Amino acid sequence: MIGLEIHAQITALNSKLFCSCRGNYRDLRPNSNICEICCGLPGSLPIINQKAIEYSTMTSIALGCKVPDKIMFYRKNYFYPDLPKNFQITQYNVYGISSIGIDGKYELDEAKQIRISRIQLEEDPGRIVYSEGGMNVGNTALIDYNRAGVALIEIVTEPDFTSPKEVRQFLNKLSLTLEHLGVCDTLLEGSVRCDVNVSMNGGNKVEIKNINSFKEVEKAINYEITRQSSVYNRNLNIELETRHWDDKKKITFKARSKEEEHDYRYFPEPDIPVIVLGSDFVANLKQRMPELPNQRFERFILKYKLSEHTSNILINDKKLADFFESTLKLHFSPTEIANILVTDFKSLIEDDTESTDYLKNLKVKPEHIAELAKLIEGNKISRITAKDILVKIFESGKLPSEVVNSSNSYKIADEKTIMDAVQSVFDTEKSAVEDAKKNREAINFLLGKVMKFTNGRADPKIAMRLINSKLSDPEKQ
Amino acid sequence: MTKLDDLLAYEVVEGLTEGQFTAEEYVISILKRIEEVEPKVHSFITLDTEGALSSAKIIDKKIREKEDIGQLAGVTVGIKDNISTQGIRTTCASKILENYVPTYDATVIRNLKENGAILLGKLNLDEFGMGSTTEYSRYRPTHNPWNLDYVPGGSSGGSGAAVAAGECTVALGSDTGGSIRCPSSFCSVVGLKPTYGRVSRSGLISYANSLEQIGPICRSVKDLVMMLNIISGKDAMDNTSMPSSPITVPNKSNKLNVAVIRELITGSDQEVAKSVFSASEKFQEIGFSCEEVSIKNLHYALPSYYTLASAEASSNLARYDNIRYGFDYPIGEYKWDTYFSNVRENFGEEVKRRILIGSYVLSSGYYGKYYLKARRLRSLLRLELLTLFKKYDLLIGPTMPILPFKFGEKIDDPIKMYLVDVNTVIANLAGIPAISLPIGFSNGLPIGLQIMAAPFEEQKLIDASYELEKVIHIQRRPNSI
Repeated sequence: MIGLEIHAQITALNSKLFCSCRGNYRDLRPNSNICEICCGLPGSLPIINQKAIEYSTMTSIALGCKVPDKIMFYRKNYFYPDLPKNFQITQYNVYGISSIGIDGKYELDEAKQIRISRIQLEEDPGRIVYSEGGMNVGNTALIDYNRAGVALIEIVTEPDFTSPKEVRQFLNKLSLTLEHLGVCDTLLEGSVRCDVNVSMNGGNKVEIKNINSFKEVEKAINYEITRQSSVYNRNLNIELETRHWDDKKKITFKARSKEEEHDYRYFPEPDIPVIVLGSDFVANLKQRMPELPNQRFERFILKYKLSEHTSNILINDKKLADFFESTLKLHFSPTEIANILVTDFKSLIEDDTESTDYLKNLKVKPEHIAELAKLIEGNKISRITAKDILVKIFESGKLPSEVVNSSNSYKIADEKTIMDAVQSVFDTEKSAVEDAKKNREAINFLLGKVMKFTNGRADPKIAMRLINSKLSDPEKQ
Repeated sequence: MTKLDDLLAYEVVEGLTEGQFTAEEYVISILKRIEEVEPKVHSFITLDTEGALSSAKIIDKKIREKEDIGQLAGVTVGIKDNISTQGIRTTCASKILENYVPTYDATVIRNLKENGAILLGKLNLDEFGMGSTTEYSRYRPTHNPWNLDYVPGGSSGGSGAAVAAGECTVALGSDTGGSIRCPSSFCSVVGLKPTYGRVSRSGLISYANSLEQIGPICRSVKDLVMMLNIISGKDAMDNTSMPSSPITVPNKSNKLNVAVIRELITGSDQEVAKSVFSASEKFQEIGFSCEEVSIKNLHYALPSYYTLASAEASSNLARYDNIRYGFDYPIGEYKWDTYFSNVRENFGEEVKRRILIGSYVLSSGYYGKYYLKARRLRSLLRLELLTLFKKYDLLIGPTMPILPFKFGEKIDDPIKMYLVDVNTVIANLAGIPAISLPIGFSNGLPIGLQIMAAPFEEQKLIDASYELEKVIHIQRRPNSI
């Protein structure tokens, strides 16, 4: 059995959860994005960020959770140098419901659902930077509070996963949902973290903490399954313990025992009054909530008449799907444009999809693709030429018409010119011509030669017709 | 003519506006007064002489140039040292904050500055507000100006003593379980704990967030109203603050229904009870109705208060780990397992006791038994009081069940010390406003009357206090020092 505890920062927010410091703390000088509140200076009080409540509610709705009428915050008390107040403001459901979402169900695929036990809104601690060699070796630990107070959404699942593959499937889907909601850019460094509970063969539960990206989660689980199996096979007990994931060595290791023995002494945060959301709040939010991936998928099929396969490729890359729809606004030709994007376009960007805003940095914009589609549809260029032109646009950022003009790439529709090409192919490929007479399959070879002869510019339909008529009418040879 | 340092706040503003004296002259008279009595009273932890003088000069310049000087222009204010003041050390009378200089002003401090008030410095208290005598200050105790052998009350003992001794025109205190009203009663001055939420807590260094409020301590009801109106209001920096309407004085008041709380009388010293009865007679003489009532859940108040206050304190005080600010701590002992407990040795005994109690009542297995129960009793008490306020405008009783006592009398027995708060904690638990008004003396020791009203009914409190003040003239400043 595997269960997850996911922490996703609400990267969409301009400010932190309880103060006006920047929500995006990345690439800033250490301890420059701090104030009295997020540093927990004496006398400062938390001021709740209303937007954070909206984003966490949307996430709860998207994950099929119930959103209560009232929410509260709790203090979770523990000493840790990265925690400025030595308590974390979070939510807690033991003494009545307080958290933003509960009892959710999230569909993994048609056959399987994962139960979500709760979703809560809380603050991120600061960051401890250890000297070379890590926390157990070095002599110094530096603390950077720039991250302290950033809004986090914690998503806790029931132990419903039975394989690392299911976990990966879930995390991919979750990332896509968070991205569609605009809540979290999961590709940003440190924006998502995951704790995993693994228990096998009815043994004790082992918690793996601090897995700092979704990609590492599957590896950590695989490692832990192997480790637990080997312990089990030696007839040893699997200890109830907390382990950490070392993403350099790719192993889990036992945490210091002190870290496990916590009594967090939860109690209601007195500085934030109970927040009454009311049923209108959820209903209104549902109205103006961004479209979720599965809704978009259905719309692509219904409205654009795309295949499930094509729709899936687009939806699974939100930025590509957005690009697709921007292009449609300029020129409504869903099939042609989707075709360009999921094949040639995607093959050209494949290596860059890891970076967060790879499409923004491209020289190719929706205008380019719209024009390219028009040229293809207007029979001005062939699909083969289109691919070459796309490569040139990627390099230069010029509009397709410019590229076509300057490289003389317009499709050749003039029968005489194509006939000349066919003639010269027939002249040089005598044996292939003989084959083709007996075996119609070999015609494609001749067509290929004609296309090559014209640098892909010949209208393939005309070429095919001419080849056919030439084969059946030997006179013309 | 009265001595300059004896003026009330509204007299100071009048005198300045009419050009009877300059702000600088007034501040100098106050500083002289401080020089004279401070060695006996010890109200201040930090005195900002230069700051006060330069603020006075700015006001004088504004007067010369006929600019707006603000409603509190020239009024010297002493600030309890648990209210954050930008650039002025704020210690909470604790060794753990002995070097802490806030980077920001509490909202109430900004309000005062914007209205031309002159900050004199920071006043003594029991460490983090935990105590009723100032004996738990980690620096030195403050002495009662009426009799230097006696405690001034606490925790805002520095504020009560400084106002009574004429070391400042008015002062700010904070009240978690009686910390404004106890010293006001013991020092024969007027002190108000506002309705929870009326005054922003932003910048008040938390002891027990759900209970405490900042409030004024003054030598007259009129002064108190001036101060209250300036520090009240909804504040974007405090989610628990609420809007309120300003108080007027004198106000065309109706005759109010007053009820004396029976249990508070029977639990008091005879001398104190006698004074309260004579005050209630005065109320009747001026046409108020006066009855006796009983509060059924009163005996739950003290245990509920100490459970909740300690619980919140244990969490609030966790941040004093000497990492971001603090005191000199010998380097070389930064060991993971011992660091936090080592640095926190530097808290005083009473603070440690409350952290321990608070951690205990919140720990798993005891939360339901103590903390949760205390919260339920708090709601029960609040509900009972709100029901009473449907029938009565005001509930009265002695502020303190006993007269001021001598140093050392109760310090060895925490329970005895906690018991003196029994009358005052009610208002904090219920979130209602409560004032302490001087009503008499016994053997030269002051007695205060506590008046409580429904949430945000400060106007009624003030009306009753103002009327009573007119008919019983109680000295606010001792002649002896």
